[in-house]
Amino acid sequence: MAEVLRLDQPRPIVRSGQLLRIARASGGIVLFLLLWEAAPRLGLVDRIFLPPFSEVARTWAGLAGSGQLEQHLGASLGRSLAGLLLAAAVAIPLGLLIGWYRRIGELLTPLLELFRNTAALALLPVFVLLLGLGETAKIALIVFACTWPILLNTINGVRTTDPLLTRSARSLGFGSAQLFTKVVLPGAVPTIFTGIRLAAANSILVLVAAEMVGAKAGLGYLITTSQYNFQVPQMYAGILTISLLGLAFNQALSALERRLSRWRST
Amino acid sequence: MTEIVLDGVRKAFATRAGRGQPPGETTALDDVDLQLRSGELAVVVGPSGSGKSTLLDLLAGLSSPTAGEIRLDGEPITGPGLNRGVVFQQYALLPWRTAQGNVEFGLEARGTPRAQRRERAREHLDLVGLAGSADRYPHELSGGMKQRVAIARSLAFDPDVLLMDEPFAALDAQTRESLQDELLRLWRRTGKTIVFITHGIDEAVYLGHRVAVLTSRPGRVKDVVDVDLGDRSAGEDVRSSAEFSEHRHRVWSLLQNEVRRAEVSSVG
Repeated sequence: MAEVLRLDQPRPIVRSGQLLRIARASGGIVLFLLLWEAAPRLGLVDRIFLPPFSEVARTWAGLAGSGQLEQHLGASLGRSLAGLLLAAAVAIPLGLLIGWYRRIGELLTPLLELFRNTAALALLPVFVLLLGLGETAKIALIVFACTWPILLNTINGVRTTDPLLTRSARSLGFGSAQLFTKVVLPGAVPTIFTGIRLAAANSILVLVAAEMVGAKAGLGYLITTSQYNFQVPQMYAGILTISLLGLAFNQALSALERRLSRWRST
Repeated sequence: MTEIVLDGVRKAFATRAGRGQPPGETTALDDVDLQLRSGELAVVVGPSGSGKSTLLDLLAGLSSPTAGEIRLDGEPITGPGLNRGVVFQQYALLPWRTAQGNVEFGLEARGTPRAQRRERAREHLDLVGLAGSADRYPHELSGGMKQRVAIARSLAFDPDVLLMDEPFAALDAQTRESLQDELLRLWRRTGKTIVFITHGIDEAVYLGHRVAVLTSRPGRVKDVVDVDLGDRSAGEDVRSSAEFSEHRHRVWSLLQNEVRRAEVSSVG
């Protein structure tokens, strides 16, 4: 804190408001970490099952230093990105098709609703039975979980094109193909992106579960093996990394989304 | 050059079955005969529900008449075309494109090469006084500026006819007046045939050389009023002249009965 204040001295009035905001925003997190630190130390919880935060942080630093963390993170990130990209590659074109051609939409919507409401994790045993314990089943599960938010948002984005813009483009003599590429598609981009962000969150969610079965690396594997071997601080370090990974995913996609939809007033 | 002839035009819409009403048909326009001369600024004024916007859709080629025919220079209108430019009330600008990009949009339909598109768009933004705002997005522009961009877009691909559907209705009074003058200036400068649709009597009389008054549902041409206000660019306050009041009163009287009729029929 003192360090920060000293650095800010040249413009203290401008920065004090900002500092206050940062302090308020991080206040909840700091409070939570303090509670985490204090509860085991005060004996409110068994410190074997919930070690203080400082101990988890030390373990985390150790894992990072030994390169183990990098290996697990790399494996998880690879799966989750592969799943997300595959899902986007399938769901965006399919969504555009369904959104654009009402007939196809009528045919497929009930089926899609059924799939969407099937919990991805419930299908984990099915994927394992069909695709085995290897990478294919894991990535397939992530693809499944990522597909629905992207698909439904893409359909929605296409269908909610402003009719006035359509009328205007038609009055200019644009044909269907040009109407699609010049009006419908660019207008749908922000909605599609919201779907991708939801999908990214989903991919992290099912990743852990997928890695709990038959994996040799990955954050989910790290968490389960740590649990079995009673390396409790290491287990928490894994959980923490997953949270940070999810956060980073979301931040990166939000930044990209803002860049792609600068034209929106908000 | 570009004469528009409406010949016994009728437009009916199928209506869905409502409460206690069987599905049927509503006639929006019935037996509309109208001749619009080349290079004139013609105003169509009518009460709400007189089928003004339907008429514009037909002229734009966005829909086709149930009966009758609309001819542009003797050729029946069968669909949209770049010989007509439409300016909508709600601007219809693409929100993800800058002012410049929006003006270029119309030129893309025509297949104008890129460099030429850029140049023509710049020219026309300059024409409507927005040269300095070329790189702004629609959400960064005021209503009046957006409509200027829309007008620039429609002029940029050089149509013979400009169709305007209550283009200034959503603007505040002051902006509206300045855009009306702007339109008169553009019209004199480009010599385009302009069909301007409005429900405002003052606007109709101020802008129109001829004002066609529509009846309420179904829309028919009740009368065509010739307006002669002399040279309007003289900078005087035309709206408070005796001639203006006189013309205004004529149009008002023609409309008054229709408004009353429309109210009665919508209540009954």
